[in-house]
Amino acid sequence: MIRIGDAPRVRRLLIGAALVLTALFLLLPLVAIFAQALMNGIDVYWQNLSDAYTLSAIGLTLLVAVITVPVNLVFGVFLAWLVTRFDFPGRRLLQTLIDIPFAVSPVVAGLVYLLLYGRNGWLGGWLDAHDIQIMFAWPGIVLVTLFVTCPFVARELIPLMQAQGSREEEAAVTLGASGWTIFRRVTLPNIRHALLYGVILTNARAVGEFGAVSVVAGAIRGETNTLPLQVEQLYQDYNTVGAFTSASLLALLALMTLAAKAVLEWRATRRETAT
Amino acid sequence: MIAHALTWRRERRVLPGFGLSLGISLTFVSLILLLPLTSLVGQLSQLSWSQYWFLITDPRLLASYGVTLFGAAVAAIFNAAFGLLMAWVLVRYEFPGKRLVDALMDLPFALPTAVAGITLATLYSSNGWIGRLLEPLGISISYTWIGIALAMAFTSIPFVVRTVQPVLEDLPAEVDEAAMTLGASDSLAFRRVILPYLWPALVTGTGLAFVRSLGEFGAVIFIAGGKPYETEITSLMIFVKLQEYDYAGASAVASIVLATSLALLLAINLWQGRFIKRLHGGRG
Amino acid sequence: MTWFSKPRSLFTASAVGLALTFGALSPVQAQDEPRELLNSSYDIARELFAAVNPKFIDWWQAQHDETVSVKQSHGGSSTQARSIMQGLRADVVTFNQVTDVNVLADAGLVAEDWQDRYPNQASPYYSTTAFLVRKGNPKQIENWDDLARDDVSLVFPNPKTSGNGRYTYLAAWGYADQAFDGDEAKIEDYMSTFLGNVEVFDTGGRGATTTFVERGIGDVLITFESEVNNIRNEYGKDDYEVVVPPVSILAEFPVAVVDEYAERNGNEDLAKGYLDYLYTEEAQRLLAGFNYRVNDEKVAEEFSDQFPKTELLRVEDVFGSWPEAMETHFASGGELDQLQRR
Repeated sequence: MIRIGDAPRVRRLLIGAALVLTALFLLLPLVAIFAQALMNGIDVYWQNLSDAYTLSAIGLTLLVAVITVPVNLVFGVFLAWLVTRFDFPGRRLLQTLIDIPFAVSPVVAGLVYLLLYGRNGWLGGWLDAHDIQIMFAWPGIVLVTLFVTCPFVARELIPLMQAQGSREEEAAVTLGASGWTIFRRVTLPNIRHALLYGVILTNARAVGEFGAVSVVAGAIRGETNTLPLQVEQLYQDYNTVGAFTSASLLALLALMTLAAKAVLEWRATRRETAT
Repeated sequence: MIAHALTWRRERRVLPGFGLSLGISLTFVSLILLLPLTSLVGQLSQLSWSQYWFLITDPRLLASYGVTLFGAAVAAIFNAAFGLLMAWVLVRYEFPGKRLVDALMDLPFALPTAVAGITLATLYSSNGWIGRLLEPLGISISYTWIGIALAMAFTSIPFVVRTVQPVLEDLPAEVDEAAMTLGASDSLAFRRVILPYLWPALVTGTGLAFVRSLGEFGAVIFIAGGKPYETEITSLMIFVKLQEYDYAGASAVASIVLATSLALLLAINLWQGRFIKRLHGGRG
Repeated sequence: MTWFSKPRSLFTASAVGLALTFGALSPVQAQDEPRELLNSSYDIARELFAAVNPKFIDWWQAQHDETVSVKQSHGGSSTQARSIMQGLRADVVTFNQVTDVNVLADAGLVAEDWQDRYPNQASPYYSTTAFLVRKGNPKQIENWDDLARDDVSLVFPNPKTSGNGRYTYLAAWGYADQAFDGDEAKIEDYMSTFLGNVEVFDTGGRGATTTFVERGIGDVLITFESEVNNIRNEYGKDDYEVVVPPVSILAEFPVAVVDEYAERNGNEDLAKGYLDYLYTEEAQRLLAGFNYRVNDEKVAEEFSDQFPKTELLRVEDVFGSWPEAMETHFASGGELDQLQRR
């Protein structure tokens, strides 16, 4: 069968262009991160990694991910269930609302939280009077991260659950299954991959958020610095190697994210071809 | 009509969990999304219309809209071309390392923007790996609009690739054959036959890339020169106003960015909806 | 997927998540851990306080037999002040802008008379604005008028976001004021050419340095004298030269206790002690070592050949007062905005 663009010359040209551009725009930056991090040798790299501030930044970043991912997972599942399985006034609006974090510049996301929970904010005065600190402490960082990552799981699930329809679940209801059983036995197996993909995206963003977090973190070394903030501060300290050392951790995490995603997709296609 | 809608709705609610999922969703949306956003509205309401107008039409700010829109447009156009190429190559051809290239396409979403920012700034500065090669040619990228567009393009690469790819995969083989048997050249066949199929996905992806670029901050900030009227992006203006304790001003500028992005997102959604309707409408 | 298996565990998980998120109290101070002082400081003071803090801890230990720890928060001086107003619980501030402490005083967080509480208007050390040029001073930069030549390109941080940048702007204005004998039109002319020569406006002093040194942009980097010397030490004495112009601005580095928070954190004595320490001979020597000019006569004498004699203009003398300078020059629509308008 003849297909468009199958002539060897065209094919070679296009593949060549694609490879060159990919190498230039995607691979080279990745290589540069590790090259810069290892510029002064592996010993310096380890030394930079075991720096107390870097370790605390790793800890905080993990804490943020550990809280945001499950919370957004639960929320995303419920929201997707709501908008794909029921019709009610305002359904469309709810779906648009959930897109807001995509449209909001991260700096603005930080700003709105600061305006609300800061000492001069609406809730901030009360919180301050009760000695509850949200801004410039980890709860604030968690909150803005929740904000910027909340669409990911829902956005992955909604199109899929919409396409699948609710016939299977309705059948299960007529057989007398309880809500929980239906979700676990019928829905979950169908959406497992999308769910995992959503979790991966949420996690990547939660770990890497910079703009919003930088507004509410207060830059206290060893206390409210997440890894991306640590990268920026080390960079500002003329410590390029240190900055890229922390950056390399984030890049490593990014690569793991990509690998996890690739594996998921591979499994999905294998399942498809098997059936 | 109404009665029909009501019964249909009741039918749909055979599934359990409406109350619970509605409760959780609304609580979350209210607390995490709406409540903070009301504080933005609160700040804005302290301004009179004329003050608001004065703030958002400041010449320096107007120039920053220009820089941001231009950078985002260049980035989006680049991504449209690059994304189309990548989608085509990844769907149509087999070559060694294809899986790797495919996986790499998502890198910009997985890599934190601040990391992307310092890396691009390092690579393209006049003593960086790439900047060094371009310097003798008289091309400087860092601290010029090219740098801004580059950072924006990098962070939004996946949009076009990932929207076009599935459409291209679903394209029936007969389409190709029909075009080729008519004796059309590759490029003509592509333009006349394939492109119309891809058009909606391409526009959606490019639009999303554009919206994302408008709000980008972390990656751009390291490579943009921040020179008034030339390399100052709107996100930076918001940041500057924040530093000046000018919350009302920051909110005003933020509201412009937010409104533009939301309007664009809505337009993309509508366009997509219309397209899908047309597609499904045809098949009944 | 085991935690999916029971509805109750799901609810517990989400409830715990929400509780963590909304109800979380970040304990200001745990009971038996050592007292912790938070110093909120300007961007380029990281190395300085990394050196000062351990010495202070020893000093406090010796005097009070108590082990304490000091945490640092660094950022643009104005950003730091903003954060404190929004609830960042710093015990002391060590800024590079009098006006940023004034903002805190206006908000009632710092005592109104903070400038009278410590010697030299609560500025334990000072500096001025100087130039860093490339090896051999190829463009022959000697004074401020050279910076307005059309073959010279400059790098300094954005005066809107950086105290460092603000000092540069005020220094240039102060020079022009002297040179043109107060002729407004000529001053503005000079200033707009000067600002037009700026190649890159970074948001902070460190960003500007990176731009100049690592990116190789611009002929002159204008920043604090202290920083200029640090850069030379960091990046090689041979690649750069320091030019201290004959007239420049007096850059004060004001310190204050954030009474409101220090009291709440139970750190009043510690905060006061920290600032007292900065005036001790030991600390002054440390500061001079970081290229800051100090008032301690003995130490100043020791380091005298490190600091060229320069006429240092006071902001109060040229511009009336800090609030006036801020209002006229840096406010939205002020002189700076006018000059940058085309």
